[in-house]
Amino acid sequence: MVSTSSSDRDGGVDPLRPADHVDSPEPPPGDGPGVAQPKLGFAGWLRFGWRQLTSMRTAILLLLLLAIAAVPGSLVPQRSSDPNGVTQYFTDHPDTAPVLDSFQMFDVYTSAWFSAVYLLLFVSLIGCIIPRTKHHFEAMRARPPRTPVRLGRLAGYTTRPLPDGVDAETAVAEATKLLKQGRYRVERYELRGEPSVSAERGYLRETGNLVFHTAMLGILVAVGVGGGFGFAGQRVIVEGQSFVNTLAAFDSFNPGRFFDPSSLAPYKLSLRELDAVYETQNQDALGQPIDFTAHVTITDQSGPAEDGQVKVNEPLRTHGTDVFLLGNGYAPHIVVRDPEGEIVFDDAVPFLPQDANLTSIGVVKVPDGLDEQLGMVGFFYPTQDVLGSGAYASTYPDLVLPVLTLNVYEGDLGIDSGTPTSVYTLDPSGMDQLTGGETGVDSIELKPGELTELPGGRGTVEFVDDSPDAPAAVPAGSAADRDYAQSVKRFASFDIHHDPTQIWVLVFAILILAGLLSSLFVPRRRMWVKVATRRDGSRVLEFAGLARGEDPGLEQAVSALADKLAGPAAESEPTHDTAKPTT
Amino acid sequence: MPSLDEISVLSVYSAMAVYAIAFIAFSIDLAKRGAAAAKAADELRLAHDGDELPAAERERVGVLQAAATAKTAASAAGTGGTGAGEASGRASRWRSATADGASVAYGRSPALRVGVAMTVLAWLLHLTATLLRGFAAGRVPWANMYEFALTGTLIITTVFLVVLVVAKHDLRFLGTFVTGLVLVLLGVATVNFYVSVVPLPPALQSAWLVIHVFVATTSVGFFALSFALSVVQLMQSRRESLVASAKAVKKSFLATLPDSTTLENLAYRVTIVGFILWTFTLMAGSIWAEAAWGRYWGWDTKEVWTFIIWVVYAGYIHARATRGWRGSRSAWLAIIGFSTVLFNFTVVNLFFKGLHAYSGL
Repeated sequence: MVSTSSSDRDGGVDPLRPADHVDSPEPPPGDGPGVAQPKLGFAGWLRFGWRQLTSMRTAILLLLLLAIAAVPGSLVPQRSSDPNGVTQYFTDHPDTAPVLDSFQMFDVYTSAWFSAVYLLLFVSLIGCIIPRTKHHFEAMRARPPRTPVRLGRLAGYTTRPLPDGVDAETAVAEATKLLKQGRYRVERYELRGEPSVSAERGYLRETGNLVFHTAMLGILVAVGVGGGFGFAGQRVIVEGQSFVNTLAAFDSFNPGRFFDPSSLAPYKLSLRELDAVYETQNQDALGQPIDFTAHVTITDQSGPAEDGQVKVNEPLRTHGTDVFLLGNGYAPHIVVRDPEGEIVFDDAVPFLPQDANLTSIGVVKVPDGLDEQLGMVGFFYPTQDVLGSGAYASTYPDLVLPVLTLNVYEGDLGIDSGTPTSVYTLDPSGMDQLTGGETGVDSIELKPGELTELPGGRGTVEFVDDSPDAPAAVPAGSAADRDYAQSVKRFASFDIHHDPTQIWVLVFAILILAGLLSSLFVPRRRMWVKVATRRDGSRVLEFAGLARGEDPGLEQAVSALADKLAGPAAESEPTHDTAKPTT
Repeated sequence: MPSLDEISVLSVYSAMAVYAIAFIAFSIDLAKRGAAAAKAADELRLAHDGDELPAAERERVGVLQAAATAKTAASAAGTGGTGAGEASGRASRWRSATADGASVAYGRSPALRVGVAMTVLAWLLHLTATLLRGFAAGRVPWANMYEFALTGTLIITTVFLVVLVVAKHDLRFLGTFVTGLVLVLLGVATVNFYVSVVPLPPALQSAWLVIHVFVATTSVGFFALSFALSVVQLMQSRRESLVASAKAVKKSFLATLPDSTTLENLAYRVTIVGFILWTFTLMAGSIWAEAAWGRYWGWDTKEVWTFIIWVVYAGYIHARATRGWRGSRSAWLAIIGFSTVLFNFTVVNLFFKGLHAYSGL
């Protein structure tokens, strides 16, 4: 609790801690919250509530609550990290999904209840660190506390005889010097003719604690601000194609609330080539990806084109944006001609990979040029094989025996109404299926460099071989097998991000670590050296320490100081009560 | 000529056999501790029964115990009957044996020495197995679940052995727990998680694999030890409260172990090391995630559980510093913390969908 004063009676200043901290003074019995005060006014209740919120107990409960609140987000798919999973969940559990949704279970980490827990935690944190910081600044200027009258009951109490010929002043001065070397802050006291030095060290412990907690707050703010001003966009680029960093060019774009589209740096990113390397030797891992490298060229208005590369763990940082290679696949080059031989469609169409061997699905939409709109749903197998059931499958992710199959649909593609539709899916409702399925007509099946008639004389479709020296296209089924390694272009799927506060999050994270290390491992301790006069008039050096917080090494430190100042203790040196001075 | 990986697997099985011997030796030692505690108590009782008058006993109990319990003991002793005397003796011998928190002096039994020696031998075999696996794969041996388990258990043993050398208190009694845990995890890993050596997928080809995963597993080693200490702490503190309330206490190896406050302090020190390493794990993971996935934090399932573990141990550290929470309550948090660590390692790896799908299974 903030209101607790924790100044020692003897003048030292402890860190200001919540009242239920173990190192805070025990509250007098019966002074529990609300017990001593039978009636609380409005301000009293506010004070009471604030004390409760900033107590250690509340912090623990909120921390545990935060841990529990985070769990559902790992059990149920989240819109932020797995939007497809959420869609699937709604399909699989049509009854429970809407109920869960009403509890924001698919947006746990932005939900009202999760936010409430961590915001309360941070309010509690602020309520704790502000007064503590103020207090700590004062404590750092305060003098070490007065030497206690009796050192005998303190930790590590030990005595050494005052060496012959050394007077009390010299001994205390030497002790002061040693303590200063040990990075103690020192203060000389004298009580009833007994000179002593009082020392304190380890202020860094409290500093570290405050830095840690403040940096936590810093992270929260930095993450919030970064989310507001940054953006994340996705774009698929086929080899040989390029993309200009403007809003319209992204396939999808998630700006922060305060993002200004005009701040996008207009550079051009061209994908020259995507290298994919797959395991060919290790029989246990045939076809496992070894390396993906996207070779790109960056061009802007100001200078010459610059070559760069993007790899999975090596993003390209350019023009204030970070370009990540998050996926890749094949983009079969398909040409559709009308019955007169005029080209009505000519494009490399990215097909989305479905499994490790890159069996891929893609959609071709031909909106204009034919009598009716034409849609094709295609499967692409980079290395085709026929399963026992007769179904096709890909058995290797690289291009060994590429085969493209197409099911043709005719009718309304549903793109004229202006509603946005995905380029990767085809809605067959309102269309007639012409090949495959229940039509009785075989699906179109092509290898690179082959072409075939569309059913009913609607024209032709060609699977273009993009190899540099590919021969002219031949009818389906008649191409001789050859090296297909270059026959189909690949695409890369890039994520382009800008997060202005990312670097601040890193800075705060480093502060957190530094603060944590010093707050857990720097001991805060007090040490006293006193020249005491015994009953018989002889003088001894007394040493003692006091731990302020966790300090397992205290007693050792006291005896080490004593040894250093006055030599190791004699075996016979009596340290029991009778040896105590007569103060 | 067997391959490096085959020798590695052979070495793992040898290590498991030696761990099993160590486990048995440590268990025998625990049993002996119980016997030693009972013997010490019997000697005390004999001394009381033989040499001291009931009045003297009353005085002694009165000094050691609170007035209330002394009265019970005194009245029991005062009746003088054999049966009553027996009961009184049984109650008081435990109080005497553990008065002012002192534990029964025990030292190191031969079984304990065998246990430690076998643990060191098993550790050497285990280390060999792990290194060979690394050489066989041509990279760090922690890129799939089998390898995590192999390296993680090696680190648990390493942390245990290092702590034995470094710590002021003798923590050899934790051997039963450590060798038992390592044996079970290694067994499960070799039988259920084994995968042959395969190359690293592009997402794992990063220097952060070396740092992030290694620090995470080291941290788990510390948390495991803190868990064991906290469990013993709870048992010890239960025994202490029974002793304090003067009820009969069963013969127990606990009498030979440090008192619950010492155990708690040890657990705390081990935990904060683990916590700092875990904090670093979280940060290193974020930096890597930024390079590999384009964002430093995305609430992926593994990230969520890393966060949960961090928060639970943060709660533990606060509890340790809070009046009313220090002691048993904070020990429970350490136990919950390690349960979440195990959950994260097993259930989350195997059954949860997410980006950290590197179990190789």
